[in-house]
Amino acid sequence: MSLAVRNLTVSHDRRPAVHHLSFTLRKGGLMAVVGPNGAGKSTLLRAIAGLHPPAEGEVVAEGRVALLPQQAGLDRTFPFSCREAVMLGLWAECGSFGRISEEGRVLRALEAVGLHGFAGRPVGSLSTGQFQRLLFARLLLQDAPVILLDEPFNALDARTAADLLALVRRWHGEGRTILAVLHDLDLVREEFPETLLLAREAVAVGPTQEALSSANRLRARRMAEGWDPHAEPCARAA
Amino acid sequence: MTPFDPFLEFGFLRRALMGCVALSLSAPPLGVFLVLRRMSLAGDALSHGMLPGVALGFVVFGLWLPGLALGGMLAGLLIALGAGALARGTGGREDASLAALYLTALAAGVAIISWRGSAVELTQILFGSVLGVDDPALLLMGGCASLTLGFLAFAWRPLILECFDPAFARAVGVRGSAWHLSLLALVVLNLVAAVQAVGSLMAVGLMMLPAIAARHWARNVGGMVAMACGIALAASLLGLGASFHLDVPSGPSILLSAAGIWAVSVVAGPVDGLIARHWPRRHLSG
Repeated sequence: MSLAVRNLTVSHDRRPAVHHLSFTLRKGGLMAVVGPNGAGKSTLLRAIAGLHPPAEGEVVAEGRVALLPQQAGLDRTFPFSCREAVMLGLWAECGSFGRISEEGRVLRALEAVGLHGFAGRPVGSLSTGQFQRLLFARLLLQDAPVILLDEPFNALDARTAADLLALVRRWHGEGRTILAVLHDLDLVREEFPETLLLAREAVAVGPTQEALSSANRLRARRMAEGWDPHAEPCARAA
Repeated sequence: MTPFDPFLEFGFLRRALMGCVALSLSAPPLGVFLVLRRMSLAGDALSHGMLPGVALGFVVFGLWLPGLALGGMLAGLLIALGAGALARGTGGREDASLAALYLTALAAGVAIISWRGSAVELTQILFGSVLGVDDPALLLMGGCASLTLGFLAFAWRPLILECFDPAFARAVGVRGSAWHLSLLALVVLNLVAAVQAVGSLMAVGLMMLPAIAARHWARNVGGMVAMACGIALAASLLGLGASFHLDVPSGPSILLSAAGIWAVSVVAGPVDGLIARHWPRRHLSG
Protein backbone atom coordinates (compact mmCIF):
# COMPACT_ATOMS: atom_id res chain seq x y z
CA MET A 1 0.00 0.00 0.00
CA SER A 2 1.34 3.41 -0.95
CA LEU A 3 -1.81 5.49 -0.70
CA ALA A 4 -4.87 4.73 1.41
CA VAL A 5 -8.00 6.85 1.56
CA ARG A 6 -10.28 5.74 4.39
CA ASN A 7 -13.88 6.91 4.77
CA LEU A 8 -12.86 10.35 3.52
CA THR A 9 -15.39 13.18 3.52
CA VAL A 10 -14.37 16.66 2.41
CA SER A 11 -17.00 19.37 2.52
CA HIS A 12 -17.47 22.94 1.40
CA ASP A 13 -19.71 24.74 3.88
CA ARG A 14 -21.06 21.36 5.20
CA ARG A 15 -21.93 20.15 1.68
CA PRO A 16 -19.79 17.10 0.92
CA ALA A 17 -17.66 17.42 -2.23
CA VAL A 18 -16.18 13.99 -1.48
CA HIS A 19 -18.40 11.69 0.58
CA HIS A 20 -17.34 8.60 2.57
CA LEU A 21 -14.72 7.61 -0.01
CA SER A 22 -12.40 4.66 0.55
CA PHE A 23 -9.82 3.14 -1.77
CA THR A 24 -6.19 2.06 -1.75
CA LEU A 25 -3.48 2.33 -4.36
CA ARG A 26 -0.53 -0.02 -4.13
CA LYS A 27 3.05 1.23 -4.45
CA GLY A 28 3.83 1.87 -8.12
CA GLY A 29 0.12 1.95 -9.02
CA LEU A 30 -1.21 4.11 -11.84
CA MET A 31 -4.82 5.19 -11.34
CA ALA A 32 -7.08 7.61 -13.17
CA VAL A 33 -9.78 9.58 -11.37
CA VAL A 34 -12.74 10.11 -13.66
CA GLY A 35 -16.13 11.70 -13.13
CA PRO A 36 -18.48 14.49 -14.21
CA ASN A 37 -17.91 18.14 -13.36
CA GLY A 38 -18.55 18.73 -9.67
CA ALA A 39 -17.79 15.12 -8.80
CA GLY A 40 -15.10 16.13 -6.30
CA LYS A 41 -12.03 15.03 -8.29
CA SER A 42 -9.89 18.13 -7.69
CA THR A 43 -11.08 18.34 -4.08
CA LEU A 44 -9.96 14.74 -3.56
CA LEU A 45 -6.47 15.50 -4.89
CA ARG A 46 -6.22 18.64 -2.78
CA ALA A 47 -7.29 16.70 0.31
CA ILE A 48 -4.66 14.01 -0.35
CA ALA A 49 -2.04 16.76 -0.77
CA GLY A 50 -3.06 18.24 2.58
CA LEU A 51 -4.56 21.42 1.13
CA HIS A 52 -8.12 20.72 2.24
CA PRO A 53 -8.73 19.38 5.75
CA PRO A 54 -11.11 16.39 5.78
CA ALA A 55 -14.43 16.67 7.61
CA GLU A 56 -14.11 12.98 8.38
CA GLY A 57 -11.83 10.06 7.60
CA GLU A 58 -8.15 10.06 6.77
CA VAL A 59 -5.53 9.86 4.06
CA VAL A 60 -2.36 7.85 4.58
CA ALA A 61 0.45 8.25 2.06
CA GLU A 62 3.81 6.52 2.20
CA GLY A 63 6.39 9.18 1.46
CA ARG A 64 6.15 12.70 0.14
CA VAL A 65 3.22 13.72 -2.04
CA ALA A 66 3.66 16.07 -5.02
CA LEU A 67 0.66 17.76 -6.64
CA LEU A 68 0.39 19.18 -10.14
CA PRO A 69 -2.44 21.70 -9.66
CA GLN A 70 -4.72 23.15 -12.29
CA GLN A 71 -3.05 26.31 -13.55
CA ALA A 72 -5.73 28.67 -12.23
CA GLY A 73 -4.10 28.99 -8.79
CA LEU A 74 -0.78 30.28 -10.05
CA ASP A 75 0.18 33.90 -10.63
CA ARG A 76 1.56 33.89 -14.17
CA THR A 77 2.31 37.61 -14.05
CA PHE A 78 4.86 37.01 -11.28
CA PRO A 79 8.35 38.33 -12.18
CA PHE A 80 9.95 34.91 -12.22
CA SER A 81 12.24 33.19 -14.71
CA CYS A 82 11.57 29.58 -15.71
CA ARG A 83 14.72 28.59 -13.83
CA GLU A 84 13.44 30.16 -10.60
CA ALA A 85 9.96 28.65 -10.97
CA VAL A 86 11.35 25.14 -11.52
CA MET A 87 13.81 25.54 -8.66
CA LEU A 88 10.85 25.62 -6.24
CA GLY A 89 10.68 21.87 -6.80
CA LEU A 90 13.82 21.59 -4.63
CA TRP A 91 11.94 23.03 -1.63
CA ALA A 92 11.85 19.75 0.31
CA GLU A 93 15.66 19.52 0.02
CA CYS A 94 16.64 23.17 0.41
CA GLY A 95 13.80 24.86 2.33
CA SER A 96 14.19 28.48 3.36
CA PHE A 97 17.96 28.51 3.79
CA GLY A 98 19.56 25.47 2.16
CA ARG A 99 22.16 26.13 -0.48
CA ILE A 100 20.99 25.31 -3.99
CA SER A 101 24.11 23.57 -5.23
CA GLU A 102 22.63 21.46 -7.98
CA GLU A 103 21.75 24.07 -10.55
CA GLY A 104 22.52 21.44 -13.20
CA ARG A 105 19.48 19.45 -12.08
CA VAL A 106 17.23 22.44 -12.76
CA LEU A 107 18.56 22.78 -16.31
CA ARG A 108 18.28 19.01 -16.89
CA ALA A 109 14.65 19.06 -15.67
CA LEU A 110 13.88 21.87 -18.13
CA GLU A 111 15.52 19.88 -20.91
CA ALA A 112 13.61 16.73 -19.95
CA VAL A 113 10.28 18.49 -20.56
CA GLY A 114 11.41 20.04 -23.84
CA LEU A 115 12.19 23.53 -22.51
CA HIS A 116 15.87 23.61 -23.44
CA GLY A 117 17.11 27.21 -23.49
CA PHE A 118 14.13 28.54 -21.55
CA ALA A 119 15.93 28.98 -18.21
CA GLY A 120 16.10 32.77 -18.37
CA ARG A 121 12.70 33.39 -19.93
CA PRO A 122 9.99 35.04 -17.79
CA VAL A 123 7.17 32.64 -16.90
CA GLY A 124 4.67 35.24 -18.13
CA SER A 125 5.90 34.79 -21.70
CA LEU A 126 5.13 31.06 -21.85
CA SER A 127 2.19 29.58 -23.73
CA THR A 128 -0.29 27.34 -21.87
CA GLY A 129 1.47 24.20 -23.09
CA GLN A 130 4.94 25.52 -22.24
CA PHE A 131 3.73 26.49 -18.79
CA GLN A 132 2.38 23.00 -18.21
CA ARG A 133 5.78 21.59 -19.25
CA LEU A 134 7.36 23.94 -16.70
CA LEU A 135 5.11 22.55 -13.94
CA PHE A 136 6.12 19.03 -14.94
CA ALA A 137 9.79 20.08 -14.65
CA ARG A 138 9.06 21.26 -11.10
CA LEU A 139 7.42 17.91 -10.36
CA LEU A 140 10.54 16.15 -11.69
CA LEU A 141 12.68 18.02 -9.18
CA GLN A 142 10.27 17.26 -6.32
CA ASP A 143 11.21 13.62 -6.83
CA ALA A 144 8.21 12.43 -4.78
CA PRO A 145 7.15 8.78 -4.51
CA VAL A 146 3.44 9.75 -4.74
CA ILE A 147 2.40 12.04 -7.60
CA LEU A 148 -1.03 13.67 -8.02
CA LEU A 149 -1.90 15.17 -11.42
CA ASP A 150 -4.97 17.42 -11.76
CA GLU A 151 -6.06 17.47 -15.40
CA PRO A 152 -2.46 17.38 -16.65
CA PHE A 153 -3.21 17.29 -20.39
CA ASN A 154 -6.01 19.86 -20.62
CA ALA A 155 -5.77 22.41 -23.45
CA LEU A 156 -2.50 20.96 -24.74
CA ASP A 157 -1.60 20.19 -28.33
CA ALA A 158 -1.09 16.55 -29.27
CA ARG A 159 2.71 16.75 -29.25
CA THR A 160 2.92 18.37 -25.79
CA ALA A 161 0.36 15.93 -24.38
CA ALA A 162 2.33 13.00 -25.82
CA ASP A 163 5.62 14.30 -24.38
CA LEU A 164 4.13 14.77 -20.92
CA LEU A 165 2.40 11.39 -21.08
CA ALA A 166 5.82 9.86 -21.79
CA LEU A 167 7.03 11.43 -18.54
CA VAL A 168 4.10 9.90 -16.65
CA ARG A 169 5.01 6.49 -18.13
CA ARG A 170 8.62 7.03 -17.03
CA TRP A 171 7.54 7.81 -13.46
CA HIS A 172 5.34 4.72 -13.50
CA GLY A 173 8.32 2.67 -14.69
CA GLU A 174 10.36 4.06 -11.80
CA GLY A 175 7.83 2.63 -9.36
CA ARG A 176 6.18 5.88 -8.31
CA THR A 177 2.51 5.89 -7.33
CA ILE A 178 0.43 8.09 -9.62
CA LEU A 179 -3.14 9.34 -9.31
CA ALA A 180 -4.38 11.52 -12.19
CA VAL A 181 -7.66 13.37 -12.78
CA LEU A 182 -8.57 12.99 -16.46
CA HIS A 183 -11.51 13.61 -18.80
CA ASP A 184 -10.28 11.77 -21.90
CA LEU A 185 -11.75 8.27 -21.41
CA ASP A 186 -9.90 6.82 -24.45
CA LEU A 187 -6.60 7.91 -22.91
CA VAL A 188 -7.63 6.42 -19.57
CA ARG A 189 -8.49 3.08 -21.18
CA GLU A 190 -5.18 2.97 -23.08
CA GLU A 191 -2.77 4.12 -20.38
CA PHE A 192 -4.25 3.66 -16.92
CA PRO A 193 -4.73 0.12 -15.59
CA GLU A 194 -6.91 1.25 -12.67
CA THR A 195 -9.67 3.83 -12.42
CA LEU A 196 -11.69 5.49 -9.70
CA LEU A 197 -15.05 6.64 -11.05
CA LEU A 198 -16.10 9.40 -8.69
CA ALA A 199 -19.39 11.22 -8.21
CA ARG A 200 -18.75 12.60 -4.72
CA GLU A 201 -18.92 8.95 -3.64
CA ALA A 202 -17.06 6.13 -5.34
CA VAL A 203 -19.24 4.76 -8.14
CA ALA A 204 -16.61 2.19 -9.06
CA VAL A 205 -12.95 1.57 -8.33
CA GLY A 206 -10.79 -1.12 -9.87
CA PRO A 207 -9.63 -2.30 -13.29
CA THR A 208 -10.35 0.44 -15.83
CA GLN A 209 -12.53 -1.56 -18.27
CA GLU A 210 -14.89 -2.62 -15.49
CA ALA A 211 -14.97 0.73 -13.72
CA LEU A 212 -15.81 2.58 -16.92
CA SER A 213 -18.74 0.41 -17.98
CA SER A 214 -21.63 2.38 -19.49
CA ALA A 215 -23.88 1.50 -16.54
CA ASN A 216 -21.34 2.93 -14.09
CA ARG A 217 -20.88 6.11 -16.13
CA LEU A 218 -24.65 6.66 -16.26
CA ARG A 219 -24.87 6.20 -12.49
CA ALA A 220 -22.02 8.68 -11.98
CA ARG A 221 -23.76 11.35 -14.05
CA ARG A 222 -27.00 10.96 -12.10
CA MET A 223 -25.27 11.01 -8.72
CA ALA A 224 -23.22 14.13 -9.49
CA GLU A 225 -26.29 16.03 -10.70
CA GLY A 226 -28.24 15.28 -7.51
CA TRP A 227 -28.71 18.32 -5.28
CA ASP A 228 -31.02 18.42 -2.29
CA PRO A 229 -31.61 21.97 -0.96
CA HIS A 230 -33.17 20.52 2.21
CA ALA A 231 -30.57 17.83 2.93
CA GLU A 232 -30.58 16.44 6.48
CA PRO A 233 -27.35 15.81 8.44
CA CYS A 234 -25.63 12.70 7.07
CA ALA A 235 -26.70 9.53 8.92
CA ARG A 236 -23.28 7.97 8.28
CA ALA A 237 -21.38 10.91 9.83
CA ALA A 238 -19.29 10.05 12.88
CA MET B 1 26.57 76.86 -3.30
CA THR B 2 25.34 73.50 -4.62
CA PRO B 3 21.85 72.19 -3.79
CA PHE B 4 23.44 69.62 -1.48
CA ASP B 5 25.60 72.02 0.57
CA PRO B 6 22.92 72.28 3.31
CA PHE B 7 23.54 68.59 4.09
CA LEU B 8 27.16 69.46 4.93
CA GLU B 9 26.18 72.58 6.82
CA PHE B 10 23.20 71.48 8.96
CA GLY B 11 23.26 68.55 11.35
CA PHE B 12 19.46 68.18 11.44
CA LEU B 13 19.41 67.63 7.67
CA ARG B 14 22.12 64.96 7.90
CA ARG B 15 20.14 63.21 10.62
CA ALA B 16 16.97 63.35 8.53
CA LEU B 17 18.92 61.99 5.55
CA MET B 18 20.36 59.14 7.62
CA GLY B 19 16.89 58.28 8.84
CA CYS B 20 15.58 58.29 5.29
CA VAL B 21 18.50 56.12 4.15
CA ALA B 22 17.51 53.55 6.78
CA LEU B 23 13.86 53.72 5.71
CA SER B 24 14.86 53.51 2.03
CA LEU B 25 16.58 50.19 2.70
CA SER B 26 13.71 48.66 4.67
CA ALA B 27 10.35 50.01 3.44
CA PRO B 28 10.64 49.57 -0.37
CA PRO B 29 11.33 45.79 -0.22
CA LEU B 30 8.11 45.40 1.80
CA GLY B 31 6.37 47.54 -0.80
CA VAL B 32 7.59 45.19 -3.54
CA PHE B 33 6.00 42.23 -1.75
CA LEU B 34 2.74 44.17 -1.27
CA VAL B 35 2.71 44.96 -5.01
CA LEU B 36 3.38 41.32 -5.88
CA ARG B 37 0.52 40.27 -3.60
CA ARG B 38 -1.81 42.81 -5.29
CA MET B 39 -2.08 44.64 -1.97
CA SER B 40 -0.73 48.02 -3.07
CA LEU B 41 -3.53 49.86 -1.30
CA ALA B 42 -3.27 47.88 1.94
CA GLY B 43 -0.20 49.87 2.99
CA ASP B 44 -2.15 53.07 2.42
CA ALA B 45 -5.03 51.80 4.54
CA LEU B 46 -2.67 50.78 7.34
CA SER B 47 -0.88 54.13 7.35
CA HIS B 48 -4.21 55.91 7.76
CA GLY B 49 -5.42 53.31 10.22
CA MET B 50 -2.57 53.91 12.67
CA LEU B 51 -3.43 57.60 13.00
CA PRO B 52 -5.76 57.32 16.04
CA GLY B 53 -3.01 55.41 17.87
CA VAL B 54 -0.51 58.15 17.03
CA ALA B 55 -3.11 60.72 18.07
CA LEU B 56 -3.78 59.05 21.43
CA GLY B 57 -0.03 58.76 21.94
CA PHE B 58 0.16 62.49 21.24
CA VAL B 59 -2.63 63.27 23.73
CA VAL B 60 -0.93 61.24 26.46
CA PHE B 61 2.77 61.87 25.75
CA GLY B 62 2.84 64.95 23.50
CA LEU B 63 5.38 64.78 20.65
CA TRP B 64 7.46 62.17 22.54
CA LEU B 65 8.42 59.59 19.94
CA PRO B 66 8.16 56.29 21.85
CA GLY B 67 4.60 57.20 22.87
CA LEU B 68 3.61 58.06 19.30
CA ALA B 69 5.31 54.91 17.96
CA LEU B 70 3.66 52.59 20.45
CA GLY B 71 0.22 54.07 19.79
CA GLY B 72 0.70 53.89 16.02
CA MET B 73 1.99 50.32 16.17
CA LEU B 74 -0.95 49.11 18.28
CA ALA B 75 -3.56 50.86 16.12
CA GLY B 76 -1.95 49.62 12.88
CA LEU B 77 -1.82 46.02 14.10
CA LEU B 78 -5.41 46.28 15.31
CA ILE B 79 -6.53 47.42 11.86
CA ALA B 80 -4.46 44.75 10.06
CA LEU B 81 -5.70 41.90 12.24
CA GLY B 82 -9.21 43.35 12.69
CA ALA B 83 -9.88 43.57 8.94
CA GLY B 84 -9.06 39.88 8.50
CA ALA B 85 -11.04 38.81 11.58
CA LEU B 86 -14.06 40.94 10.60
CA ALA B 87 -14.03 39.52 7.06
CA ARG B 88 -13.88 35.95 8.38
CA GLY B 89 -16.49 36.58 11.08
CA THR B 90 -19.07 38.19 8.80
CA GLY B 91 -18.32 36.43 5.54
CA GLY B 92 -17.43 39.75 3.88
CA ARG B 93 -14.38 40.72 1.85
CA GLU B 94 -11.16 41.70 3.60
CA ASP B 95 -10.57 44.77 1.44
CA ALA B 96 -14.06 46.11 2.32
CA SER B 97 -13.47 45.63 6.07
CA LEU B 98 -10.06 47.27 5.72
CA ALA B 99 -11.58 50.29 3.93
CA ALA B 100 -14.32 50.69 6.57
CA LEU B 101 -11.83 50.44 9.45
CA TYR B 102 -9.18 52.78 8.06
CA LEU B 103 -11.69 55.49 7.11
CA THR B 104 -13.10 55.37 10.64
CA ALA B 105 -9.59 55.43 12.08
CA LEU B 106 -8.44 58.33 9.91
CA ALA B 107 -11.43 60.48 10.90
CA ALA B 108 -10.98 59.60 14.59
CA GLY B 109 -7.24 60.34 14.45
CA VAL B 110 -7.64 63.79 12.88
CA ALA B 111 -10.47 64.63 15.31
CA ILE B 112 -8.34 63.66 18.34
CA ILE B 113 -5.30 65.66 17.21
CA SER B 114 -7.44 68.70 16.29
CA TRP B 115 -9.16 68.51 19.65
CA ARG B 116 -5.99 68.47 21.76
CA GLY B 117 -3.24 69.91 19.57
CA SER B 118 -2.38 72.98 17.57
CA ALA B 119 -2.41 73.27 13.78
CA VAL B 120 1.41 73.16 13.78
CA GLU B 121 1.48 69.85 15.64
CA LEU B 122 -1.23 68.42 13.40
CA THR B 123 0.81 69.37 10.32
CA GLN B 124 3.93 67.83 11.84
CA ILE B 125 2.23 64.51 12.58
CA LEU B 126 0.40 64.33 9.26
CA PHE B 127 3.17 65.55 6.97
CA GLY B 128 6.42 65.11 8.89
CA SER B 129 9.22 67.45 9.83
CA VAL B 130 12.94 67.03 9.33
CA LEU B 131 13.43 68.93 12.55
CA GLY B 132 11.62 66.09 14.33
CA VAL B 133 14.30 63.51 13.52
CA ASP B 134 16.08 63.37 16.86
CA ASP B 135 18.16 60.57 18.40
CA PRO B 136 15.22 58.34 19.41
CA ALA B 137 13.68 58.76 15.94
CA LEU B 138 16.97 57.85 14.28
CA LEU B 139 17.34 54.82 16.53
CA LEU B 140 13.79 53.73 15.73
CA MET B 141 14.45 54.01 11.98
CA GLY B 142 17.76 52.16 12.21
CA GLY B 143 16.31 49.45 14.43
CA CYS B 144 13.32 49.07 12.16
CA ALA B 145 15.57 48.75 9.09
CA SER B 146 17.75 46.14 10.82
CA LEU B 147 14.74 44.12 11.88
CA THR B 148 13.13 44.33 8.44
CA LEU B 149 16.27 43.33 6.56
CA GLY B 150 16.87 40.46 9.00
CA PHE B 151 13.28 39.28 8.52
CA LEU B 152 13.56 39.47 4.74
CA ALA B 153 16.76 37.43 4.78
CA PHE B 154 14.91 34.86 6.87
CA ALA B 155 11.62 34.93 4.96
CA TRP B 156 12.74 35.68 1.39
CA ARG B 157 12.06 32.27 -0.12
CA PRO B 158 8.78 31.51 1.74
CA LEU B 159 7.39 34.95 0.88
CA ILE B 160 8.22 34.53 -2.80
CA LEU B 161 6.86 30.98 -2.87
CA GLU B 162 3.64 32.06 -1.17
CA CYS B 163 3.16 34.94 -3.63
CA PHE B 164 3.76 32.83 -6.75
CA ASP B 165 1.91 29.65 -5.88
CA PRO B 166 0.07 29.65 -2.52
CA ALA B 167 -1.32 26.12 -3.00
CA PHE B 168 2.14 24.69 -3.68
CA ALA B 169 3.46 26.58 -0.66
CA ARG B 170 0.86 24.96 1.59
CA ALA B 171 1.48 21.56 0.06
CA VAL B 172 5.19 21.74 0.94
CA GLY B 173 4.42 22.94 4.47
CA VAL B 174 4.98 26.70 4.19
CA ARG B 175 2.60 28.46 6.62
CA GLY B 176 1.36 31.26 4.38
CA SER B 177 -0.82 33.08 6.90
CA ALA B 178 2.00 33.32 9.47
CA TRP B 179 4.36 34.91 6.88
CA HIS B 180 1.55 37.18 5.69
CA LEU B 181 0.84 38.49 9.19
CA SER B 182 4.56 38.95 9.88
CA LEU B 183 4.84 40.97 6.68
CA LEU B 184 1.89 43.18 7.69
CA ALA B 185 3.36 43.69 11.18
CA LEU B 186 6.62 44.87 9.61
CA VAL B 187 4.70 47.16 7.26
CA VAL B 188 3.09 48.79 10.30
CA LEU B 189 6.48 49.08 12.06
CA ASN B 190 8.01 50.77 9.01
CA LEU B 191 5.09 53.17 8.74
CA VAL B 192 5.48 54.09 12.41
CA ALA B 193 9.22 54.61 11.96
CA ALA B 194 8.59 56.89 9.00
CA VAL B 195 6.13 59.17 10.81
CA GLN B 196 8.77 61.61 12.08
CA ALA B 197 10.44 62.12 8.72
CA VAL B 198 7.53 62.08 6.31
CA GLY B 199 4.39 62.13 8.48
CA SER B 200 1.67 59.55 8.98
CA LEU B 201 -0.27 60.42 5.82
CA MET B 202 2.84 60.18 3.66
CA ALA B 203 4.65 57.30 5.39
CA VAL B 204 3.36 54.73 2.95
CA GLY B 205 4.69 56.70 -0.03
CA LEU B 206 8.32 55.83 0.56
CA MET B 207 7.23 52.19 0.70
CA MET B 208 4.96 52.02 -2.34
CA LEU B 209 6.07 54.60 -4.93
CA PRO B 210 9.61 53.19 -5.34
CA ALA B 211 8.22 49.64 -5.39
CA ILE B 212 5.69 50.49 -8.10
CA ALA B 213 8.31 52.38 -10.13
CA ALA B 214 10.80 49.49 -9.81
CA ARG B 215 8.48 47.20 -11.78
CA HIS B 216 9.45 49.16 -14.91
CA TRP B 217 13.18 48.52 -14.44
CA ALA B 218 13.57 44.89 -13.37
CA ARG B 219 12.20 41.50 -14.42
CA ASN B 220 12.82 39.57 -11.19
CA VAL B 221 12.04 40.08 -7.52
CA GLY B 222 15.65 40.68 -6.46
CA GLY B 223 16.11 43.30 -9.17
CA MET B 224 12.85 45.00 -8.22
CA VAL B 225 13.90 45.21 -4.58
CA ALA B 226 17.34 46.64 -5.47
CA MET B 227 15.80 49.21 -7.84
CA ALA B 228 13.11 50.17 -5.31
CA CYS B 229 15.75 50.85 -2.64
CA GLY B 230 17.82 52.89 -5.12
CA ILE B 231 14.79 54.95 -6.14
CA ALA B 232 13.85 55.56 -2.49
CA LEU B 233 17.41 56.72 -1.70
CA ALA B 234 17.41 59.13 -4.65
CA ALA B 235 13.95 60.44 -3.72
CA SER B 236 15.05 60.98 -0.09
CA LEU B 237 18.11 63.01 -1.12
CA LEU B 238 16.22 65.08 -3.68
CA GLY B 239 13.17 65.50 -1.46
CA LEU B 240 15.04 66.61 1.64
CA GLY B 241 17.07 69.08 -0.43
CA ALA B 242 13.91 70.49 -1.99
CA SER B 243 12.21 70.62 1.40
CA PHE B 244 15.03 72.81 2.73
CA HIS B 245 15.31 75.11 -0.29
CA LEU B 246 11.58 75.50 -1.01
CA ASP B 247 10.46 75.49 2.63
CA VAL B 248 7.84 72.75 2.24
CA PRO B 249 7.24 69.85 4.66
CA SER B 250 9.63 66.95 4.13
CA GLY B 251 6.91 64.33 3.58
CA PRO B 252 5.30 65.76 0.46
CA SER B 253 8.68 66.85 -0.83
CA ILE B 254 10.19 63.34 -0.63
CA LEU B 255 7.05 61.77 -2.05
CA LEU B 256 6.85 64.20 -4.94
CA SER B 257 10.47 63.32 -5.76
CA ALA B 258 9.56 59.62 -5.69
CA ALA B 259 6.48 60.36 -7.79
CA GLY B 260 8.69 62.17 -10.33
CA ILE B 261 10.92 59.09 -10.61
CA TRP B 262 7.80 56.91 -10.93
CA ALA B 263 6.51 59.12 -13.77
CA VAL B 264 9.87 58.82 -15.58
CA SER B 265 9.74 55.04 -15.02
CA VAL B 266 6.24 54.75 -16.49
CA VAL B 267 7.37 56.63 -19.59
CA ALA B 268 10.95 55.44 -20.08
CA GLY B 269 11.26 52.18 -18.11
CA PRO B 270 12.40 49.23 -20.24
CA VAL B 271 9.79 46.87 -18.73
CA ASP B 272 6.30 47.85 -19.94
CA GLY B 273 7.19 51.55 -20.11
CA LEU B 274 5.14 53.66 -22.55
CA ILE B 275 8.08 54.23 -24.91
CA ALA B 276 9.06 50.55 -24.88
CA ARG B 277 5.45 49.55 -25.58
CA HIS B 278 4.60 52.05 -28.29
CA TRP B 279 7.96 52.37 -30.01
CA PRO B 280 9.37 48.86 -29.60
CA ARG B 281 12.83 47.93 -30.81
CA ARG B 282 13.04 45.66 -33.86
CA HIS B 283 11.97 42.16 -33.01
CA LEU B 284 14.52 39.35 -32.87
CA SER B 285 14.93 36.63 -35.48
CA GLY B 286 13.98 33.75 -33.19
